Amino acid sequence: MAHTTEPTPVVRALYHDDDVLISAVKEIRAAGYTISEVYTPFPVHGLDKAMGLKETRIAMAAFMYGVLGLTVAVTLTWYMMISDWPQNIGGKPNYNWGMNMPAFVPILFELTVFFAAHLMVWTYLIINGLYPGSDAQNPDPRTTDDHFMVELPAADGLVDVLKKSGAVEIAEA
Amino acid sequence: MHYESPVRQPLILGDKSYNQITEDVVRPIESAAPRSWWMVFSIALVMFLWGVGCLAYTVGTGIGVWGLNKTVGWAWDITNFVWWVGIGHAGTLISAVLLLFRQRWRMAINRSAEAMTIFSVIQAGLFPVFHMGRVWMAYWVLPIPNQYGSLWVNFNSPLLWDVFAISTYLSVSVVFWYVGLIPDFAMVRDRAVNPVQKHIYKILSFGWGGKAKAWQRFEEVSLVLAGLATPLVLSVHTIVSMDFATSVIPGWHTTIFPPYFVAGAIFSGFAMVQTLLLIVRKVFKMEDYITVQHIEMMNIVIMVTGSIVGVAYITELFIAWYSGVEYEQYAFLNRATGPYWWAYWSMMTCNVFSPQFMWFKKLRTNLVFTFVISIVVNIGMWFERFVIIVTSLHRDYLPSSWSMFSPSFVDVGIFVGTIGFFFVLFLLYARTFPVIAQAELKTILKTSGEAQKKHHSDHGAHH
Repeated sequence: MAHTTEPTPVVRALYHDDDVLISAVKEIRAAGYTISEVYTPFPVHGLDKAMGLKETRIAMAAFMYGVLGLTVAVTLTWYMMISDWPQNIGGKPNYNWGMNMPAFVPILFELTVFFAAHLMVWTYLIINGLYPGSDAQNPDPRTTDDHFMVELPAADGLVDVLKKSGAVEIAEA
Repeated sequence: MHYESPVRQPLILGDKSYNQITEDVVRPIESAAPRSWWMVFSIALVMFLWGVGCLAYTVGTGIGVWGLNKTVGWAWDITNFVWWVGIGHAGTLISAVLLLFRQRWRMAINRSAEAMTIFSVIQAGLFPVFHMGRVWMAYWVLPIPNQYGSLWVNFNSPLLWDVFAISTYLSVSVVFWYVGLIPDFAMVRDRAVNPVQKHIYKILSFGWGGKAKAWQRFEEVSLVLAGLATPLVLSVHTIVSMDFATSVIPGWHTTIFPPYFVAGAIFSGFAMVQTLLLIVRKVFKMEDYITVQHIEMMNIVIMVTGSIVGVAYITELFIAWYSGVEYEQYAFLNRATGPYWWAYWSMMTCNVFSPQFMWFKKLRTNLVFTFVISIVVNIGMWFERFVIIVTSLHRDYLPSSWSMFSPSFVDVGIFVGTIGFFFVLFLLYARTFPVIAQAELKTILKTSGEAQKKHHSDHGAHH
């Protein structure tokens, strides 16, 4: 550990309803506090907007992976069927890739999907820090059942704001 | 904010809370297996082991132990392959296509339907692999450098397209399924009391904590995977049908095959989903989640796709006559009136006639009737593949090589074995995995829960 500074104390507020959670998040932010994390048992629609999260770019990543897959498929079919060992199979043209291309469409499609899907999911797991055997990221086990938790650095007057926003339980750690 | 038209039936019955959904979904995992589970599991396991024995015999002796002969070189193995792949299609259709169409009723059934997809594609994959004869050379289908030149695989061949299609389909389905399972495994982990169980679910849940950013990415990833899986599922059975359609065998060489096969796949897959879910909802007391409305929706899909299949059969007959090709005409005449007439008419009765009962609301909401029809449809779809494959092959251009096919005990044993294997996997899944995508289901509780909807209509529509 390079730093030996005290960890900043955090406050964790539990809510019992997703609608209360959304309005609480808005109230907390309006009061000028910064929310560091929210844990929910299911995707709460509108929460990312209420928290001011940026939109995810993972779909763009998937598109790039798909382009990569298509490139690999083109290279593979061209090298193996046209360049390295051209053969006349069933009278299908082997002079150049373009003429043989219609027979390659299924391969081009499958490899595009294969690369896009798998690399996107690998990316998703890595950026979320998910891997087999890793410790649970949620501090309270109830947040995978029916509780919603807002986590934020301790500050003056924060507890009052949280209470007013409808928190059913507030803990400092 | 959480509003849905009162015309729509509730998708979650009773007065459920988020916690109640958790409890109901986790119950089969946390409670001991009932005796009926052990009984069915034992039967499935015996069938599976019998199949393993028959496969070992096949590998040890050669595929001469099957009923194939030089005229009918493809029979039960490919029939079973196409049948199992087809069954798999319903799972992806429910989880991907219905997601894109924002059909909320998919949420109670997508997990089990996808499990069915994966387990049936595994069964399907066994057949072409073992039909190779020398299974230890199965890796030759992969485009890897070798000592023969390198002599590469043939990318012009539909059989190779199949290798790529099936492996992409299986692996993408597994990934799609698992992404959805991670939050549900985390729920099981967070409740587990037994340390061994807690540790296993900790590994399976990848440390999921339900962070807001993770959920945002989760939804995007689900949507993109659905967008990728939708054309993928259509491509898979299209390519399977090209194994036949690109050949010059009368009865196979037709352009109608891809859409016809895809419709048939969805048809048989939904029937299998019905068979499995009718049992699951009863045994695990999930009637509040997998409601009669869900069953009815699926019956409508069966009716529509069954009718599409019927139209395809009739179109095939018409085109055979209209083409003026005598070989093509004979192939269809032989199917309906030749030595395999009983297979053809079983297919017609099961696939075209039986789903028409679903026009009646009384019948399509009757669970016993639905169960019977779902079995009938699966039998019919097996016959469809048998009819297409065997009756087209057994009498082709050269009458001197006409012959008949009858399966050996090994053919039967391997088929029975895959049914056993499928149920072994499904039964293990049903006891250890959350069989309902509970995290997703909780998102629609406020809009589609019975008590919540009633509360909403009682208090007027003040939004």
